[in-house]
Amino acid sequence: MLTCEAINTFYGPAHVLFDVDVKVGEGDMVCLIGRNGVGKSTCLKSIMGIAPVTTGQIRLDGTEISALPPYRIARAGIGYVPEDRRVFADLTVEENLEVAERHDGPWNRKAVYELFPALQEFRARRGGLLSGGQQQMLTIARTLVGNPRLLLIDEPTEGLSPLVVRTLEDMIRGLKAKGQTMLLAAQDLRFSLSVADVIYVLDRGRVAYCGDRAQASADIERIRPILSV
Amino acid sequence: MMDEILIQALSGLSRGMVLFVVASGLTLIFGTMRIANFAHGSFYMLAAFLTYSVATMVGDRTWGFLAALCLAPPIVAGVGALIEWGLLKRIATRPHQYQLILTYAITLIVADGIKMLWGSDYRTVARPAGLDGAITILDMPFPTYNAMLILVGVLIAVGLHLLLTRTRFGKTIRAAVADGEMIGALGVNVQRLFTGVFALGAGLAGLGGVLAAPVGSVSLGIDSSIIIESFAVIIIGGVGNVMGALIGAVLIGVVHAVGILFVPKLAIAFVFIALCAVLLIRPQGLLGRNT
Ligand SMILES: Nc1ncnc2c1ncn2[C@@H]1O[C@H](COP(=O)(O)OP(=O)(O)OP(=O)(O)O)[C@@H](O)[C@H]1O
Ligand SMILES: [Mg+2]
Repeated sequence: MLTCEAINTFYGPAHVLFDVDVKVGEGDMVCLIGRNGVGKSTCLKSIMGIAPVTTGQIRLDGTEISALPPYRIARAGIGYVPEDRRVFADLTVEENLEVAERHDGPWNRKAVYELFPALQEFRARRGGLLSGGQQQMLTIARTLVGNPRLLLIDEPTEGLSPLVVRTLEDMIRGLKAKGQTMLLAAQDLRFSLSVADVIYVLDRGRVAYCGDRAQASADIERIRPILSV
Repeated sequence: MMDEILIQALSGLSRGMVLFVVASGLTLIFGTMRIANFAHGSFYMLAAFLTYSVATMVGDRTWGFLAALCLAPPIVAGVGALIEWGLLKRIATRPHQYQLILTYAITLIVADGIKMLWGSDYRTVARPAGLDGAITILDMPFPTYNAMLILVGVLIAVGLHLLLTRTRFGKTIRAAVADGEMIGALGVNVQRLFTGVFALGAGLAGLGGVLAAPVGSVSLGIDSSIIIESFAVIIIGGVGNVMGALIGAVLIGVVHAVGILFVPKLAIAFVFIALCAVLLIRPQGLLGRNT
């Protein structure tokens, strides 16, 4: 579904991604793991067009999207859940969902309220007044109501309590079971090894390892050092 | 004495309402696009001159004013949309000072254009029949037109509030004020939204210009006086916050009008003392958020 070929991304003069290749197949759950600052978020932002690539190709179902503005990439079918949550603090939960809703798939406000009953309870509350966990649910829900074919999620469990982490991990497993295609950035090898179809390990802006779940489990001794250096 | 102060405050309130209509447009533009649009005062001035011309062409002062009310704001909104689409959009990715310079250049171009088309004479616009008298408040006369301004200001405030809280367009604007990049990543064409917001803001400046024409003067230079006060309003109220602009504009109008009563020479200083006080106590504005 998604093919990134030799993408290079810069922030001004800083070269952050070096010839990164990433493939996500239809219905796959792909995890992008790596230490702090290796470029996981940048990779997702490059796919989304927020940190446009300088060279390389990004194709969605064969169509080149790397030169499109983010809104066209979103409309082409990619949904983005940013790492720092970025709920619209002044808008209520309901309004946060409403501005992102696109009626061309199974997801709508009602469906995400069933997925996250906590959001339904606080639907009239301002996004900025929610707890961290609720905000994370809201950003995921907000992206889902856009009915993306491919969902990019950046470190959804970062900094949250173990209980909320469990809820979110179960939700992600649920999405996978429904056939949602996903590319998830994470620091946590444990969760990735339990759900991913394919695992990419980034190191200083390069793909240092790539393999399916069975392979990765077997190669765990090779992956660990890349994550802990 | 109390009555006098009250009437003076009401008169300040009516002036504040015109200021609110203009400043609400400026704060929407500033909040969503992060552009300090100096040309906002030019939209106001252009609409005031258009009001003069339309009223003169129609002849009848009531129908003339009504025609101007229907025509000038949309025309100015259209000019605004053209400027955003044709000029500002082209330099959207450049540093902010380029946009400042560009909007400042537009104020010069519009001012000279108006001078060429209308000349530099002082113009007056008659108040529509029925609004040219006075009503009695506390046994004192109060101009009917100013009472109407207060009413219109309230209606615009309610209308904008409904637009921003009840329509998808308005909610999207508020989302863009909070995080423009994020709303783009959710599939909203932010460029087009900006053009729409800029046109809406320009139209509000135009509406302010029409409303002010029969009470203020229609002359060159009204663009710079309104823009200074409008910036003061949005700093007091909080950038991007329409209800903050309402509070700021009313505060400035009333402080100015009541100030004149006591220390005529310092009336304008009071406005800036109020501004400094807000900046010291709440730098983000009365209803603004920390960013
Ligand atoms: N806006 C920016 N401008 C300049 N450099 C940036 C910017 N954003 C990120 N970087 C740099 O790019 C590199 C990769 O950052 P990125 O956020 O993609 O890493 P990450 O793998 O997501 O890390 P984390 O696990 O902390 O989220 C880092 O060295 C970071 O300092
Ligand atoms: Mg990151």
